[in-house]
Amino acid sequence: MSVSAQEWRGVAAEQAEELPGRISTLLRRRSRRLLASLLRPHRWKALLLVLAVLGANAAMLAGPYLVGVGIDKGIPAVRAGHPQTLFMIVGAMIVAAGVQAVLYWVFVSGAGRVGQELLLDLRQRVFAQFQRLSLAFHERYTSGRVISRLTSDLDAITELLDAGLDTLVTSVLSVVSIGIILLFLDLPLGLVTLSAFVPLVFLSRWFQLNSTVAYRRTRETVALVIVQFTESLGGIRAVQAFRREPRNDEIFADVNDDYRKATERSFRLVGTYWPAIRMVGNVTTAIVLLYGGFRVMDGAMQVGVLAAFLLYVRRFFDPIAEISQFYDSFQGAAAALEKLSGVLEEESTVRMPARPASEPAGGWRGEVRFEDVRFEYRTGVPVLPGLDVTMPAGQTVALLGQTGAGKTTIARLLARFYDPVSGRVLVDGVGLPELSEPQLRRVVAMVTQENFLFSGTVEDNIAFGRPDASQEQIEAAAQAIGAAAFIESLPDGYETDLGKRGSRLSAGQRQLVAFARAFLADPAVLILDEATSSLDVPSERAVQRALRTVLADRTALIIAHRLSTVEIADRVLVLHDGRIVEDGPPSALLESGGHYAQLHEAWRDSLA
Amino acid sequence: MIPSRFRALWRVRSYVEPYRRHVVLMFACAGLSVVATIFIPLVIMAAINGPIAHDDRSALLPMFGLALLLGAAEASLIYGRRWVHSVAVLRIERQIRDDLYVHLQRLPVAFHDKWQTGQLLSRATTDLSTIRRFLGFGAVFFVINALQCLTVLVILLFIWWPLGILVMVSMLPAGWLGKRFGTGYSQVSRLVQDQQGDLATLAEEAATGIRVTKAFGRGPLLQAKFGHAARTLQSSALRSVRLRARFWALLELVPNITMALVVLFGAEAVAHEALSLGGLVAFTTMVVLLQWPIVDLGWILAMAQEAATAADRIYEVMDEPITIADRPGATRLSRPAGMLSFEGVSFAYPGADSEGPLVLRDIELVVEPGETVAVVGATGSGKTTLACLVPRLYDVTAGRVTLDGKDVRDLTLDSLRRHVAMAFEDPVLFSMSVRENLTLGRPDAGEDEIREALALAQADFVYDLPWKLDTRIGEQGMSLSGGQRQRLALARAVIVRPSVLVLDDPLSALDVHTEALVEEALARVLRDTTALVVVHRPSTVALADRVAFLRDGRLAAVGSHAHLMAGDPAYAAVLSGAAGGDSRTPTGGEPASRAAG
Repeated sequence: MSVSAQEWRGVAAEQAEELPGRISTLLRRRSRRLLASLLRPHRWKALLLVLAVLGANAAMLAGPYLVGVGIDKGIPAVRAGHPQTLFMIVGAMIVAAGVQAVLYWVFVSGAGRVGQELLLDLRQRVFAQFQRLSLAFHERYTSGRVISRLTSDLDAITELLDAGLDTLVTSVLSVVSIGIILLFLDLPLGLVTLSAFVPLVFLSRWFQLNSTVAYRRTRETVALVIVQFTESLGGIRAVQAFRREPRNDEIFADVNDDYRKATERSFRLVGTYWPAIRMVGNVTTAIVLLYGGFRVMDGAMQVGVLAAFLLYVRRFFDPIAEISQFYDSFQGAAAALEKLSGVLEEESTVRMPARPASEPAGGWRGEVRFEDVRFEYRTGVPVLPGLDVTMPAGQTVALLGQTGAGKTTIARLLARFYDPVSGRVLVDGVGLPELSEPQLRRVVAMVTQENFLFSGTVEDNIAFGRPDASQEQIEAAAQAIGAAAFIESLPDGYETDLGKRGSRLSAGQRQLVAFARAFLADPAVLILDEATSSLDVPSERAVQRALRTVLADRTALIIAHRLSTVEIADRVLVLHDGRIVEDGPPSALLESGGHYAQLHEAWRDSLA
Repeated sequence: MIPSRFRALWRVRSYVEPYRRHVVLMFACAGLSVVATIFIPLVIMAAINGPIAHDDRSALLPMFGLALLLGAAEASLIYGRRWVHSVAVLRIERQIRDDLYVHLQRLPVAFHDKWQTGQLLSRATTDLSTIRRFLGFGAVFFVINALQCLTVLVILLFIWWPLGILVMVSMLPAGWLGKRFGTGYSQVSRLVQDQQGDLATLAEEAATGIRVTKAFGRGPLLQAKFGHAARTLQSSALRSVRLRARFWALLELVPNITMALVVLFGAEAVAHEALSLGGLVAFTTMVVLLQWPIVDLGWILAMAQEAATAADRIYEVMDEPITIADRPGATRLSRPAGMLSFEGVSFAYPGADSEGPLVLRDIELVVEPGETVAVVGATGSGKTTLACLVPRLYDVTAGRVTLDGKDVRDLTLDSLRRHVAMAFEDPVLFSMSVRENLTLGRPDAGEDEIREALALAQADFVYDLPWKLDTRIGEQGMSLSGGQRQRLALARAVIVRPSVLVLDDPLSALDVHTEALVEEALARVLRDTTALVVVHRPSTVALADRVAFLRDGRLAAVGSHAHLMAGDPAYAAVLSGAAGGDSRTPTGGEPASRAAG
């Protein structure tokens, strides 16, 4: 793959309006590979299904034949007093109808099953991939697009599966077999008929090129609709409090109309393609009639042959039209597959090791070391120019510093949300990249600023820290951080459904649940990122008391702007522009009269 | 007349109404193109039997022309139908989606607390496209096919009525099958659609909660959950596949068995000279024309049923009443002095079927114009709820909130929210520029006002962003820290220059130093603005003239900070933790707790 093709890897092509033709081909190939890999496990079943369709078709074709036999043989037989012959023929018709129905049933249910398995497979692959991709990816890609990939794109593929694969099979079969019959029936006329393929190929090529662009645009625009939809409903309080509704209505109407226009474009394309194909068929039929008529009149052909030929011509073009319909659904799904294959092709910037490091004898102790760690979110703007720090196992370290000093970045590097640009982060001498995901999360857990709760019960949310925890352990964790009282006062206690995003709880309560979650996770290294900001003073004290016990035998990194939190720290690091400017136990720093001492004084004053 | 299953779908006609000409045109095109389709083979047969059989070269050309014309007509009519379809049906879909969004934005916060975004989203996308497909194809072909069936049946009755009756009777099972299928399929498709919504919800939660998931390495747990939901959906989808397969297969039987019966009785009739041979041949040819409409009925009915349940789901949301809206005769609030009072206010979050427990009880509180009242209370004591009642994000359960003596429910929402600005503890920033985020409540704010508000909130950092005020932030832009977001949210509230400012713990994520600077600036603004400030820290309490102390949803005390500190140990405990003491259990019966009772 050339360098420029490399640039288009993954989701890079998503936002581009125009793609170079070569890249477009590349993307198509990628989607086709994905489709093939989805179909591969089902290939034998698919073969059986094709056979079922062929059988059903044969039974269906037997119908008219038997009608003919019934008329030709049955009537004389009845006249001659042997109605049995007629009964047998009618019986054969009923049997044929039964066989057709059964095989059709086999096909519809079988194809449905294969389709559903394929969808399940794809859904899970994409979901797992999104879970695997690093935060750096998610911050660029945004949740609305993730949702749109997982919902609307999969819908487009469902549509393809519903598009009637049976007609595709029978249509292809009909076109091929009838095409051959036509050539045998009358070669010159047959060639005239088949010459219709020239405009058909051009038409299809035109449709392919344009519909690829059109459907791609549909995928883009629907994603924007979904982004706007989820974002405004997610922030509904702010929307309503600031009377944002009218402006949002306008924005939504715009993206919704863009989506309509994109869909309209794709509809117009099929709406032209399909009648154009019929037109080619109809014109060819008329030409065959004229040319064939002259041939008959010239004595080069029999009238009966022409009549039969024209009947076949009709049955030749109808399935071609059907195939074009199917092709349209395919193009729609292909655009979705293009997006999904892009997502699947993305590689996490935070790669998991092929062979994870082995756990140190005696378990993880939790010594943390940053070795000349450099990090930047945007190239050329280093947030951490080169951090060197060691936190011995069991130490509680508080990080202080102004906004943008790099506190959160240090926490994120330690949680391996990102990898440093250069340098290493190690726990117990093992580099983080050498740890598998489950290992990493046993070693390091983080309570973030946002206290995100999932819908579900309180218990589910606490157990998120350790899914295999027992009821007692969950309650003990809640008890330890002082959340038990409010949880027990909820209508169903631990079983209370918290509603969307834990909307039933106040910000402080959500924070307590998030804390309980972290305690339950019981990692060797615990990171607390401004985790107590929403708590009232007594709750915060309670949490801190709990912290003292919980943190006694583990390493902790606490980002706090409340100096009360710092009181429980063994050591304080004051950061400025990504560099450590003060380092020492709180008491020592107080005496030295630096930044920390000033902050502490301000804080003392604020308590008064 | 309309079966209850289809009642919601029937309501969609109000959206179709403006496009009725389009729809008529669509039906006309569809019908005429079917006619052309039928006539083309007739012309061909006529040409073969006429000019070609009689060696009449000059007569062949007009027939050729006619075939060409009909062919062109058929193609153009299909083009016409598709064209109208792309114009009308897509606009109908857009309109419903717009209306759904408009309605959702105005539904009260209590509705959104309850409803998952994923469920709403699946209505706005998947369900709507189901309805679109039905309007564009299902409805059209249902009518066309029904017409074709009727025409054929009438012709059959003309050819030989006894056999015609036989055909009609043998068609009856199709109707019966369709009815039975409809009942079962209606349930399954509702299930499938609901589960699609559940899956969308999981996708949405997983996407928005990605940081927490990463922090705990719980990707596999969510994958298992998602996998479980996806499999549940799959098994429902398979149920619907099985229903369809059975129905479609049985439906295929109907015309074939009919044909067998026609041959049986027709042959007998011909043998006994009751029907001519030509008559029977014509009859069977006509019965063949019944085959496709009947088989098509299968997917049309399935599509109709899916559209019907989709419409149910959409109207379910559309029918949710906007309980917080302008009352009839609501007055506009203009230049309020800013006297805010809570009169006997009680509040309970609306539960699933009944009202939940009271979160606020009998609150009596008056905030004089220009006064700043701090609301203090332990976690979960109802502070945020109290704050949300002012701009009517929720409505009181009992009592009333008044502004300048007028019940806030008697004011127009727009004017109320224009004069009441709020900053949330959990600041929401939208995917747009800093400027747009800041001027959310007052789009006409000038450059100087923006600068002033940013200075007040200590949010000058935005001028260091790559494109300054035009930098896109929010989810699709630069990510900001909690403190930065909170400062922008504060600036956003201040910039409105409201008469009443409601701040829900607006400084919790700021460091002490910044907090002090913000407080100093905020004090100037609060001097002549009525303000209700939810507070956790003693430092912020200093901003307030008076403090309202909430305890278990009741107003326990009102007074100055110093007064309460001295006189109310519970208050002192909440605010400084001092009286609570370090040695005692923090939650066991202390005022900080919200223990049951």
